[in-house]
Parts: sequence; C-alpha cells; structure tokens
Amino acid sequence: MEILFAAMEVLARWDVALALIAGSIGGVAIGAIPGVGPAVAIAILLPATFSMDPIVGLTVLLGIYGSSMYGGAIPAILINTPGTAVNALTTYDGYPMTLRGEARRALSLAYSSSFFGGVFSVVCLILLSPVLAKVAPMFGSREIFLAALLGVILVIVAHRGQMLIAAALTGFGIFLSTVGLEPVKYSRRFTFEQSWLASGVDLIVVVLGLFALSQAFVLLTMDDEKVHIAKSRGSLFQGFRELARHPRVAAVSAGFGVLMGMIPGVGEFTAQFMSYTSARKLSKTPQAFGRGSSEGLIASETANNAVPAAAMIPLLALGIPGEALTAMMLSVFYVHNVVPGPGLFQFQMDFVVALYLALLILNVLVVGFLLVSTGWLVYLTKIPNRFLGMCILLLSFVGVYSIRNSAVDCGVAAVFGLIGFVLKRLNLPIVPIVLGMVLGGIMEVKLRASMNRVKTPLDFIDRPIALLLFCVIVVVLGSTLWRVWREWTPVDRRSNAKKASVHFTKRIAGRKTRHFETRTKKQRRKRSYDHLGS
Amino acid sequence: MADEIDTQIRTRSAGQLGFVVAALLLSLLLLINLPGQTLWLENSKSFAAQPRFWPAVAIVVMVICFALHLLRMRRRGFSKLDRAELRRWVEPLEYALWFMVYVVAVPWLGFLPMSLVLACALTWRLGYQSKTYLGLAALFAVVTVILFKGLLGVKIPGAALYEILPGGLRNFAILYL
Repeated sequence: MEILFAAMEVLARWDVALALIAGSIGGVAIGAIPGVGPAVAIAILLPATFSMDPIVGLTVLLGIYGSSMYGGAIPAILINTPGTAVNALTTYDGYPMTLRGEARRALSLAYSSSFFGGVFSVVCLILLSPVLAKVAPMFGSREIFLAALLGVILVIVAHRGQMLIAAALTGFGIFLSTVGLEPVKYSRRFTFEQSWLASGVDLIVVVLGLFALSQAFVLLTMDDEKVHIAKSRGSLFQGFRELARHPRVAAVSAGFGVLMGMIPGVGEFTAQFMSYTSARKLSKTPQAFGRGSSEGLIASETANNAVPAAAMIPLLALGIPGEALTAMMLSVFYVHNVVPGPGLFQFQMDFVVALYLALLILNVLVVGFLLVSTGWLVYLTKIPNRFLGMCILLLSFVGVYSIRNSAVDCGVAAVFGLIGFVLKRLNLPIVPIVLGMVLGGIMEVKLRASMNRVKTPLDFIDRPIALLLFCVIVVVLGSTLWRVWREWTPVDRRSNAKKASVHFTKRIAGRKTRHFETRTKKQRRKRSYDHLGS
Repeated sequence: MADEIDTQIRTRSAGQLGFVVAALLLSLLLLINLPGQTLWLENSKSFAAQPRFWPAVAIVVMVICFALHLLRMRRRGFSKLDRAELRRWVEPLEYALWFMVYVVAVPWLGFLPMSLVLACALTWRLGYQSKTYLGLAALFAVVTVILFKGLLGVKIPGAALYEILPGGLRNFAILYL
C-alpha cells in the first residue's frame, strides 16, 4: 500500500499528466493513420524525450505504444487496412462487420476489448510485482546473459519461414553493436581508420533509419489509394455490453497477451494468432470466424492490447527488451542513468508501479477520447500516402539531427533507411537487427563479467535460474530443429512451366502405358482366342 | 476462413537473390577483414574477454545463414522481375538526396526556413500542386518547428543566416526557429 501511495506521488505532477494526455491522444492518432505506426513515432520522439524526466519521457512513449493499437483498429475495421501491423487480424472480422453495416458495433467491440486487455494486463502485473521483486535479484550476470541469449533465439524462431534470414540479420545487429572502441583494452573494432566510427554506430540513428526513414521512402514511392468510408449508425457503448457476454474469450485472450508479452522476442503477433485460434476452438460458431465474428474481433484486440504492459516486464526486471519498441525505450533509461534490471525492482519499486499506474490511467483516457472523437479520427485515414511520406521525412530529420547535430548521423540514418526500404520491399524482418544490436551489447558485457567467476563450463549453470534458462534454451532449440527436420523438403528449382510440362508428360506417359497395356492385353486375348480357336 | 490464417510471412521472391548475394558478399568482406580490424589478446582471461570474439560470432552467423539461405532458395537465376525490383530500390535515392540537402542546408539557412522550403518543394514534386496541399505542407513545417524547437526544446542550433538579423529578433530566431 505504501508503494502504491509513493507511486501516486510520482505521478501527481502536471508534466506527467500532460505526457499522459499527449501520449494517449498522439498514440491513437498515429495508430489511426495507416503507414505510420508506433515504431516510427517512438523513433522520432525518442531524442525529444531525453530532455524530460524519465517518468515523463517513458509515459509519453508508453502512451504511444499502448494507445496506437486502439487507433489502429479504426482503419482495420472501416477500410480493411490495419493502422498498425498488429491490427492485421482485426481486419478478418472487423471489415466484414462494416460491410454488413455494423461498423459502429465493430469499433465499439474493438475499443471495449482493447480496454479489457490493457486493464487486465496492468492488474496482472501489479499483482505480479511482489513476485518479480523477489525473483529479479536472483538474476546475476550469467542469468541475464542466458535470458538475452534466449531472447535472441526466440526472435529468430518467431520468424517462421524466414529463420535463416532472421538469424543473419540478428548477426548483423550484433556486429553493429561491436563497431567502435571495445570496453576492455579500448582497441578499435571495424572502424577502418575512420574517426567517426570510433564511438560506434548509434542505436537511435539505426532505429530512426530502419523504422522512420525507410517508412518515409516506402510512402514516398507508393501510389495514393482512394479511401471510401462507409457510413454507419449505432452506439459506441454497445460493445461493452457485448464483451460481457464473452468473458471466457476475453480472459483467455488477455492471458495469452500477458504471457506472450512477458516472453522476450515473441510479442503481439504470436499472442494474437494464439488467442484467435483458441477462441475459434472454444467458440460454438467457429464457422463465423473470418466472416464478422464478434468473438474473433474480441480475441485479436484483447490479446494485442494486453502485450505492451507485459512487454515492460523483461525490460524493467532484467533490462532485456523483448521487442523493438521496448528496445528503444531502453535508451531513455540509459540516458537518465536509470539502470533497468533487478535493482530497479529492489530499490525503485515506486517508479515501476508508477509506470503501471500510468498505463492504467492511459487506458481510461484513451477509451474516453475514442468515444468522443471516432467521428473525426476516421478522416485521418484519408491523408495521401506520399504527403504522409513527406511529413515523416521532415520529422525524421528532427529525430536524427537533434541527437548530436551531426550530418554524418543523418547520412548513416539515410543508409539504414535505404536498407530498411529494401527489407520492407522483400517482406524481410527489421526487428532482428535492432534486437541484435541491443541484446548483442548486453550479451557481450554479461558474458565477460560472468566468465570471470566460472572455472569449469558446468559452473555457468550451477544456479537454479541459470539452469532453468539453459534448459529452456535447449528445449526451444531442440524443438525448432525437430520441426525443421520434419518439415524439410528438398528444394525444387524448376520453373512452374517446366514442372507443369513434366507433370503433364508423366500423366500422358501413364495414360499411354495404360492404353497400350489394355491394347496388348486385348490383342493377347484375341490371339489366344485365335490360337485356341485355331 | 481461420484455417487460411498463416503465421508465416512470405518473402518476396523478386529481388531476393540480389539482396542475399550482396549481403553474403558484404559478410565475406567483413570476415576477411576480421583479423585486421580486431585485436587478439595473448594473455586474455577468457575467450569472452577477447575483443575479436563477438564480432567473429556475429560475422560467422551472417556468413553461414546468408549462404544457407542462398542454397535453400528455389530460384537462383536473375530474371526480368529481379531487374524490375532492383530498379525500384533505386527510386528512394532521390528522396535520400532531398533529405541530405535539407540536412546540409539547415545549419546555414535555418530550421524554419529550410523546413518550409523542403515541405512545400517536396509536396510540389510529389504532385500535390494545389494551394490547399501547399498550405498544409507549410503549416506542417511551422507546427513541427514550433513544437520541437520551441516547446520541446530539441537541440537544433541556430543558423548562420540568423546572424544578419537585428539583436532581439536574432536571439529569438536562434532559440526558437
């Protein structure tokens, strides 16, 4: 109770209140514009938050992170285009409802489910905090190294069908984290005698290039789309009543969101797919899923909104970001000399609870704002793509240039923007590069520190948490290799035309053989009859 | 319908070969440079304290994974589609150039003037030539400057051009514009 009051004291400031309002409204607006997304907004705003108090800066960023998915549901439901990437499944059931003239019902359901998911996860985490405060100090260097390694492995494994390229890009991220002066002997690594590389490659510059500039390039080279918004009637409160009729779907989906959010490298996508699949299995009308099912909409929206609060757990408790957005937030901590990790839960519990309370208030603010502003937020979806690209290009400059007023940084960001553009064109993942950069740095420091106290390899896992993490790594790697082995098929490099012609020849050949076999048999029979008859 | 949901993201095949080959060549180049660009300590306490260890791990992972991906690719010959996709990759270079010109010009001409010029000129170039769009672009530039430099106080230095302004106005321009 004391901690709760202390946390409220941390929050009871006008700048925190302003940050909450700006974060919630800004996040919803950003989410409602397809093509922007929270990653772009957070990357741009990151340098601006460095001059703020940690609680104020983090509240703005958390606000954007938590509320963008609320806003992302609007274009997903109304125009079949997800506002943020994690609203993709919302289109499956939201848009068919719009086509049936039930857009207000779908929006209302999305808001109520998102609210439930958000509040559920914050309540879970407030209840879990005492446990985390007890477990977090059990994490030493080797446990944090193993947790970071597990994060890297999970990031790679989560990219099914692209695991090799995800691993290669994670390697690229780890490589980027090693460029510059190394911290033991202060020797230079991969600087190629260039003084501007001595301080290394700045994470924020890379993030701004990969997320913001690349998105600007994508939008600038795109064609504009005509957006038709269907008119609909009805109350935006009806969804809250409807949500109450599906408590099981909502609870299971929120549970998936919390669980998946806590595991580094997994995140919203997996949570959403798992909750959607389980909701379909639990449903009495599974055939309605994908055709405007309210349960499907509840499952996807509840799960993705339960993730942001849970994703803060590995970041706050261990200092390990689970995905790109929390990786960006990590730099806010470092700038203010607040070291996230076990110490934060031990000595600054009020700060941690204040963050959770901020998220709770944020959810209330967002729903209130959405209920009154949906009518005009809809028009944000009409901003032309290329005009939006121009806006992001201009804002990206503010983000990169304000770090150290360096034109070189801007050049580096432009190069990473082009790399990000190519990756987006090829549908390849960007997140492994960012997580590789962040987790690579953590792994290097923690492995070096832990090796000083280890004499034999088995000493590395002689503590319970270390052993547990090691076992999880072995199980994840083992199950992944087993799955890859089972799904292995030799590569067929023939063109489709060639494959078709060979297939056709085989069929013909079969017919030919069958035809001749029948004919030969007939002739034999005839001959034999002839023979018999003769 | 739900059965059709696929958690796997499909990599676009056109252009993939170019990317993977370039990435593999870059990785090999880094691997060749590994001994020259990193230090190997004779009296190191452990392998983890070797400055070469982590760059080596990262580069080896890159080489192996890009090579395996290349081996696993269904199509390994350049086609028309690949060439068309490579041409698409050149398109953003124009906007990267706009960006760099803006970066170089801001310290000389100022954040507000250059933002106005870039926003309006780029909007014109993109084909939005009506007064409404140009006005919106100018408004966006002004709001961005006021919000970030004026209110949030991000560090963007005053321009050389502001030096010619009279006393009070010069200070105001350096601080807020």
